[in-house]
Formats: sequence, structure tokens, C-alpha cells
Amino acid sequence: MPFPYASPEQIMRDRAEYARKGIARGRSVVVVQYADGILLVAPNPSKALHKISEIYDRIGFAAVGRYNEFETLRQAGIRYADVNGYNYNRKDVTARALANVYASQLGMIFTDSIKALEVEIVVAEVGEGPEQDQIYRLTFDGSVFDEQGMAVIGGQSDAVATRLKERYRVGAPLGEALDAALSALTEPGGERPSAGQLEVAVLDRNREHRKFLRLSGPRLERLLSEAKPSTPESPLTEPAEPTTGEGGPKPPPTAPDGDIDTGSEPPL
Amino acid sequence: MASQQAWMNNLFTNTGSSSFTEFVRGYAPEMLPGTREALPAPVGDQIPHATTIVAVTCAGGVVMAGDRRATSGNMISNRDIEKVFRTDEYSCMGIAGTASTGIEMARLYQVELEHYEKLEGRSLSTEGKANRLATFVRNNLGAAMQGLVVVPIFAAYDERLDGGRIFGYDVGGGPYEHQPYHSIGSGSIFARGSLKKLYRENSAPDEAVLMVLQALYDAADDDSATGGPDVTRRIWPVVAVITADGYRRLPDEEIASVVEGMLAARMIDPDGPTAPLR
Repeated sequence: MPFPYASPEQIMRDRAEYARKGIARGRSVVVVQYADGILLVAPNPSKALHKISEIYDRIGFAAVGRYNEFETLRQAGIRYADVNGYNYNRKDVTARALANVYASQLGMIFTDSIKALEVEIVVAEVGEGPEQDQIYRLTFDGSVFDEQGMAVIGGQSDAVATRLKERYRVGAPLGEALDAALSALTEPGGERPSAGQLEVAVLDRNREHRKFLRLSGPRLERLLSEAKPSTPESPLTEPAEPTTGEGGPKPPPTAPDGDIDTGSEPPL
Repeated sequence: MASQQAWMNNLFTNTGSSSFTEFVRGYAPEMLPGTREALPAPVGDQIPHATTIVAVTCAGGVVMAGDRRATSGNMISNRDIEKVFRTDEYSCMGIAGTASTGIEMARLYQVELEHYEKLEGRSLSTEGKANRLATFVRNNLGAAMQGLVVVPIFAAYDERLDGGRIFGYDVGGGPYEHQPYHSIGSGSIFARGSLKKLYRENSAPDEAVLMVLQALYDAADDDSATGGPDVTRRIWPVVAVITADGYRRLPDEEIASVVEGMLAARMIDPDGPTAPLR
């Protein structure tokens, strides 16, 4: 039976549509800068299947979408970082280079394969000071966005990003940044996820050797109780400057289309 | 891109293993030691050698220390070499033998442990770590026969036992667990003799630090390849303490004050503290 003709434009559009829907089905993940580094927050009830991971000394990884697909990316990133760090020096492993490796892989799969990867990822690198912090967001088609201060991926990322901007303040301490991230991840009127429902990690520039640290158990409980919502309606602080990546004139490529999950179902 | 290395094409391949070495051996074997061509003649004598390392267990952990000397024959080729390496948050290794080969082994081993930890989301068990290092030593046997001998010593804080453990090796691998102290390198005979008399069970970490410094001094006293504390240049042994709080390399000022106290006592009694006769 002959295949009906489909134009290349149509094929690409269908692929993008398919990937977008898959990514929007899960819950959002928030990556945000704070005073001592970068905070990564993901609603994730699983203790074993991580959405957030360490890649190298200064580099962290966050992902949404299909677990097996972003797990492959994560492992490749660790291999890339470790081979380069071993071959040259630990200082020579950068988030920028890693983001480029991911971008070329995602782009190649998007054009060559029958199905794009249903993932959206963030590669974050903590620097000596806040000015050197880097947050790169990568989408299923291999586009790279150099984000300023914060990034939201997956789920209803637009709505979450809007809520995050309302509360986020540049140079906020960890507790305040976590509070902002949790308010953003909670729908208006919804209940905040508890410590057991959260995967939280930081890239703390004050740590020795490896900057990545998972926050869990009593330590996270303590932070969460510090970050209690005071008055959810009124933002405590000045809204942050609008960033270039999100909320710009052109819509981000992950804008959810059609019927999507509202974030109230269990994540992927 | 012509300069694109072959291993870059295999980053996304599932190798079925969480070992860094396995991945590199599959796709970039030229990076690994032990895969290089054989040398026409043994070169061991011409390459700097690292010498004495001592390790003792203490209450809730382990202490490792190494002197700072590397020698080529009768020449001191380096007076401030570092031979104790942090391998992960709860372990460290020291090297004796060919310095360059040993440093390379330590670097590879460091990545190996960290790679497993990141991929698997858990650390290797202490025994697993010790066994892995044995494989590295065994893989170096060919080079060892040509004079590039490396014999490491491995020490770790074991979470399950809440205590320190020490593992030794020979050129063919190992590991051999040693309790409660061990020493390797050219001055190890003297260091071990010293520790035999100075070791006290369940000492606090700072007492264990004094033990290893005394042992290194005794080794340097009788072995020309082991360096004593260099008072004029202020070069002190490298001392690492590993407890439940993780790996900590003592800062120079801290070691300086302990060493200076020890030297003051040795000015009166050059052979150091004496053990009771009965």
C-alpha cells in the first residue's frame, strides 16, 4: 500500500506537536538562582527515579518528560564530563560544552528519527560568583536557551514561570528561593507538596570539591518549615526583571497545546 | 569535524556497565594506562619514585599521611610531591613506587568511584572500592615488570562499621585488609616498627595524627628516600583524616603546630617517645 504524501513541514510540525504534548503531561521542574548558587526543585514522589542529578563538580542536570529518554541523556552527560575531566583537567568541564553536546544530539534525533525525544532539560553550572552562574534550557528540537536567573521546564511551564517571577528576587537566600519555587509549582489554591513529594538539590558554590548536594530528610523538612508561605496572595518582594528566555515576545517552544494535564495527576 | 574524537559518538550508547574504565577501554583505550606498547628496556630507575605512606585507624575513622619526597636513584627529584589523594568523600589512597604511574592511577581511580556513584546514585561498598583498586594494580603488572611499579594503600571510613579500614596491595593486586595500621614504601619497615610501639587503640583522630607523624619521622630518620619535615622551607607531610564527617586534609598550619611540638620533644630525645618495657 503506498504511503500518502506528507510535506516535510507537516512531518516536523507533527513531531514537535507530539513531543510538546508528552512534555506538558508531567509536572514542571524549577531551576532558580539563589545567593549561594543554584536551586533545583522537582515534584517527584519517587526516591529512586531522579529528575535531578549531578553531572560534574559544578554542573547539575534537571529534566522532564520520558524517564528512559532523559536518563540516557543524563548518563551520556556524566560520561562526557568524566572523560573530558580525566583527559584534561576538572576545570575544563563546562556546562556550555555539555549543552552543545546535548543540543546536537537532540537536534539530530529531532530531524532524523521518527519520533523526537519527549524531554526538556536544564544544564546548570555554578560559578565562583553569581555573575558566573549559567543556566541553559534545552528543548526537544535541540534549541538552547541561555536563561537568566531561572528556568521552568515541563508541565504548564508558562503559568509556573509567571508565578515564579512574581516571588523571585535576585540574590535571595536558600529558604526564600525555595519558597518562591514551591509557590510557583503550586497551583493557586492548591496545597504545597510535602518533603516526601519533592526532589530538591542545590549547587552550592561554598561547598568543597563537588558542589552538588541533594537536600532530603530532616534537612529538607527544616528548610520547608522556614519557607512556610506567609501570605500567599501578596508577593513578599519586588518582582524580578523579566528574563529573556521566558515571557519574551515569542512564545517558548514548549507552550502546551490542546488538552493537557493540569499538574494534578501523578507525574510521569 | 575532523578532530571529533571517536568516543564522542558513543556517549549515548548503553554500555551496560557503570564503570568509567570499561567505557573508556571500549571507546578510547589510548587514554588508559596499561594499554600502551611495551618499552624496549626497563626504565624504573630513571623515573622518580614516591616513598613512604602510613595509615592508622582511630576512633570513628582513619588517618593517612605521606612524606613529600620523590627520588631518582640517589637524587631527590621532588621535595614537595603529594602522594595522598582524596578518592571520594569517604576514602583516600596513597601511592608508593613510580610517581607518575601512581598519580595517573589515583586520578583514574578517583573518576572511577565518582562515575559509579553518579550513574548509580549510590556509592560503592568499601570492599567494592578496595577490589576495584586491586584490578587497577593488577592491570599495571605488565608495566610493573618493566620497572613502573606502583603499590597503593587504600583507606576508607566504612559507614556500616562506623570505623576506618585499611587495604594494602602487592604488584599483582590484592586487596589485603590491614588492621589497625599499615605502611607502604621504602621507609615502611621503620614506620611500621614505630607504629607497633606507638599505636593505641581507639585514639582520638588528633592523637592518630601525632602517631602517623612520629612514624614518618622515624622512617625519614633511617630511610634516605623518605623526607622528614622540611622546617626551613616549611614543607610538611600531607595528612588526611576521614571520619563520618567525610574527608578532610589538614591545613598546613595545623600540621605545622603538631610537627613543631614533635620536633621540640625530639630535640631532647632524638629517638622520640619510648614505649613502656612491660
